Amino acid sequence: MLTLNVNGTTHQVDVPGDMPLLWVIRDILKLTGTKFGCGIAQCGACTVHMDGKPVRSCVLPVQSVAGQEITTIEGISEKPLARKVQRAWLDHEVAQCGYCQSGQIMSALALLNDQTSINDHAIDLAMAGNLCRCATYTRIREAIKDVSESVGVWQP
Amino acid sequence: MKDQQVKLEMASRRRFLKGISAALGGLVVGAWLPPMAPKSAAAEAVAQGKASLGDSLADGFGAFVRVGHDGRVALISPKAEMGQGIQTGIAMMVAEELEVGLDQIDIQEAPPNAELYTDALLQFQATGGSTSTRYTWEPLRRAGATARMLLVRAAASVWETDSNLCHARDGKVFGPTGQKISYGELVDLAATYALPDDVILKRPEDFHLIGTPATRLDTPTKVNGQAKFTIDLDMPGMLITSARACPVYGGKVRQVDDKAARRVPGVRDIVILEDVVAVTATNTWACFQGLKALNIEWDYGANSKIDSAVVDQKLQDAIQRDGVIATEKGAIDASLQAASSKFEAVYEQPFLSRSPLEPMSCVVHVRDDGCDLWVGTQVPGFAQQTAAAVTGLKPEQVKVHNQWIGGAFGRRLDFDFITQAVRIASKVSYPVKLTWSREEDMTHDLYRPQYADRMTAAVNGEGFPVGWQHRIAGGSIFARYVGSLPASGVDPDAVEVAVDPIYKLDSLKVHFIREEPEVVPVSWWRGVGVLRSTFAIECFVDELAHNAGKDPLSYRKTLLAHKPRVLTALDLLASKVAWDSPVPRGRGRGLAVGEVFGSIVVTMVELSAIGEKGVRIERLVTVVDCGLVTNPTSVKAQMEGGTLFGLSAALFNEIDIKGGQVQQENFHAYRQLRISEAPPVEVHIVPSAEAPGGVGEAGTALIGPALLNAVNATFGDRVRRLPLVRSGYFIA
Repeated sequence: MLTLNVNGTTHQVDVPGDMPLLWVIRDILKLTGTKFGCGIAQCGACTVHMDGKPVRSCVLPVQSVAGQEITTIEGISEKPLARKVQRAWLDHEVAQCGYCQSGQIMSALALLNDQTSINDHAIDLAMAGNLCRCATYTRIREAIKDVSESVGVWQP
Repeated sequence: MKDQQVKLEMASRRRFLKGISAALGGLVVGAWLPPMAPKSAAAEAVAQGKASLGDSLADGFGAFVRVGHDGRVALISPKAEMGQGIQTGIAMMVAEELEVGLDQIDIQEAPPNAELYTDALLQFQATGGSTSTRYTWEPLRRAGATARMLLVRAAASVWETDSNLCHARDGKVFGPTGQKISYGELVDLAATYALPDDVILKRPEDFHLIGTPATRLDTPTKVNGQAKFTIDLDMPGMLITSARACPVYGGKVRQVDDKAARRVPGVRDIVILEDVVAVTATNTWACFQGLKALNIEWDYGANSKIDSAVVDQKLQDAIQRDGVIATEKGAIDASLQAASSKFEAVYEQPFLSRSPLEPMSCVVHVRDDGCDLWVGTQVPGFAQQTAAAVTGLKPEQVKVHNQWIGGAFGRRLDFDFITQAVRIASKVSYPVKLTWSREEDMTHDLYRPQYADRMTAAVNGEGFPVGWQHRIAGGSIFARYVGSLPASGVDPDAVEVAVDPIYKLDSLKVHFIREEPEVVPVSWWRGVGVLRSTFAIECFVDELAHNAGKDPLSYRKTLLAHKPRVLTALDLLASKVAWDSPVPRGRGRGLAVGEVFGSIVVTMVELSAIGEKGVRIERLVTVVDCGLVTNPTSVKAQMEGGTLFGLSAALFNEIDIKGGQVQQENFHAYRQLRISEAPPVEVHIVPSAEAPGGVGEAGTALIGPALLNAVNATFGDRVRRLPLVRSGYFIA
C-alpha cells in the first residue's frame, strides 16, 4: 500500500511501486483529465504538479512521489490564477481537439506560479515540452501573455 | 466468429466506390460547388419528412433537430468533432435558422444511418476531406428553418391568426398583438403537421449569428479535465486491453510463450489472434508490462526484405513509365517538340504518419445478442459494419456511440483498430478498452504514401509554360480503402488538382503510375492528393519563374488572369507582406497558391539564413478565401493549425522502413514542431459571399511548397524532396 496525496485528498493505493504516476491517476483514481500521449516524457500530455512543479507523470514511478502533493487538472479550478488561465484559454479559443490542453494548462500554470517576470523566451522554455498536434501554439502563447499581463508579470 | 481482416459488404462498397468517384473525380475537383450544395439523402429526408420533423412526438423533431418540451434543442450532428470546431459551426447554422441561442443547443452524435447522415460530397457517412461545412451548409440550415416554420405555424394556430403575422426569436414565437409562446409549449402541436415544401432559408444579409466569432461549445470541458475522449471511458466490469501486432505488415504469429506475462500483477487474459497478441488487465500499465513480458515468435513474411531504399528505387523507376493517362488536353507531345525550351524536375514526398495525440483507443462490449462500441470515429457506418462482420451479428445489433476525437488527421477514417478491438473483445466475456501504446500507434499506422512526381514543361520564348506533362507515382489510397481502382485505372484522389491546375495551360497530360509499396498500408492524411499535387505544381511553377528571371508573384499572376478570386487573394497577400519592397540581406521569401478543398489559399514564408544551413522562420502569412464564413474564429484556428501541421511535416517528418519495419516509434524519432519553433501564423480572410469552402486541410496544402520556395530564395538551393532536414537544414 502506498499513500498518495492527490488534489488535497489522501489515497491508499495497492499498486506496484514502479507503476507510473499517470496510470495510478487515470486507472486507479479515475482522474482522466491527465492524458497519455507517448509514455516517454516527449509530449507533455501527462503533465501534473508535484509540490507546484510541473512533472511528466508518465515516467514517474508512483513510489517516488509518496508524501508529495500532487495536483492534476481536476484539482486546480479553485485557485484564482488557474481560473484566469482557463478563462484565457477560452477567450483565446486555444483548444482544438483539446487532448493535450490539460498538460498545456498545467505547464502554463506552473510557469505563472513560479515566475515574477515572463516573456516569450520564458514561454518557450516552460512550454516546449508540451506537444500539440493541432498546433495551437500561437494561441497558447497569446493566452499566457494575456494572463501574465493581467497579473503584472509580463516583461517583454 | 470470423477472425480475419474484415471485408466490407459488397453492396456498400459499390455504393461507396460510386460515391467517391463522383465526389473526388468530378464534383470537387476544380469545380466550384453551386451555392446550394446538392441534396443528400439526409437533406431529402428532411425535406420529405421521411424521418425528420414530426417523426416522433416523444423526441420532438427530426433527423438533425429535435426540440424538447423544455425548449432545449438537440442537434444530432452528422459530423464528428475532432478539434475542427465543426459541431459549433453546425450548431450556428441550425440556431440561425431556428432562431434560438447557441446556448439552447445540445449536441448529440449521429448514429450510423446511411439514409440520414450520408455526406452528399463524400457519398458516405464520414467526417473528412474538408467537406463538413460545404455539405452541412444547406441541409442543416434547412432542418433549422423547417422546424421554425412548423413552430410558428403551431403558434399561429393557437392564436387563430396568420403565421405570416408571427415571427420567431430566441426560442419563442411572437404574435401580432404582443403574444409570445415558447417553442417547448408548441412541440406537440407542431409535430402533428406535415412538413412544408416551401422552406425559405435566410438571406446572408439577415444572418445575425453566422459570420460572427462564436465561442466553441465543446471547449469549456477541454480546459478543466472533464472532457471525455474514448481513451478516458470506463464501463462497469471493463478491463483494459493493449495489443501488439506483427512488426512487419502482413506477418503472422508463429508461437507465444506467455508464462512471464501471466505473472504480471493485474493481467487477466492473453488473447492470441492470427497476427496480433493482446493482453487484458485491470489497468493500462499492467497491459503494457504484460505485452513486454510476452515472448512472441513471429513469421515476418515477405515484407521483411523491404527497406526504404527499395521503395525509393521503385518510385524512381515508376516515373520513367507512362502509367495510365488521367487527363490529356491539347497536344503536349507536339508542344514539347516545338517549345523553345523544356524544363523537367522530380519532386519527392515521404511516407507520413498521422500520429494524433490520443493513441488509438476503442471500448467494446460484445455479447451474444449485440455489441456496443464507444469510439471516436470519422466513419460510424464502417465501425458498425466491421463489428458486425467480426461478430456475425447483424449491423442493427451493433450500437456505435461516437466520441470526441483527440486528433485524427485522417487516422480515424481507418477502422483497423476498431476491428482489432472487436476481435479481442469477441474472445472475452467482459467489455474491454483497447489502448495502444505510442509505439504500437506509430508503427502500426497506415501511412500517407511516399510519392514521386515528374513534371516536364514546354516553355515559350517569354519563359511561360505552354503546357506540361505530370507523372504521379505512388500507392493508391483509394484502391486500399475501397478495394479496387475505378475502371479508368486512375486513383481520383491521387490526381486531384493535377488534372485541373489553376494555371492557364494550352496543353496538359497527367499520368497516374500506380506503384504499391506493399510493405505498409497507405491511407489518408490531412489532405493527400491535393497536397501532393499542390506541392509539385507550386515548386515547379516557382522554378519556371526563377528560370525566366521573373518575380514569382507577378509570374503567377500572368498565368492566373482567368481566376479573379485567386488574383484578389494574391493581391491581398502582396499588400500584407509588402511584396514589392526588397527583403533584408540574408532573407528570402517563398510563396505558394492553390484552389484547394473549395477554398483559395495563398501562403508566404519569409526565412533568414543562419550560417550555411540554419533556417529561421521570420514570418508566415496565409490568405484564405473560403467563401461565406460561418465562424471566423474557427476558420482562423484551422488555418493556423493546419499550416503549422504541414510545416512540422515539411521540416521534419519521414517514416523509414528497415527490414519491413517502421523505424520511427515515438515522438523522439518522429519530431513535431514545438512552441519554441512555431512561428505566429498571420491569417487574413478575404470577405466573400461565395459558397463555403473547406479549411481543415487548406493551410496544410500550401505550406510545403511555400517553405521550399523560400529556401531557394534564401539559400539559392532548390530542394525537391521533403522533409527539409533531409537536405541538411536545421531550425536555428
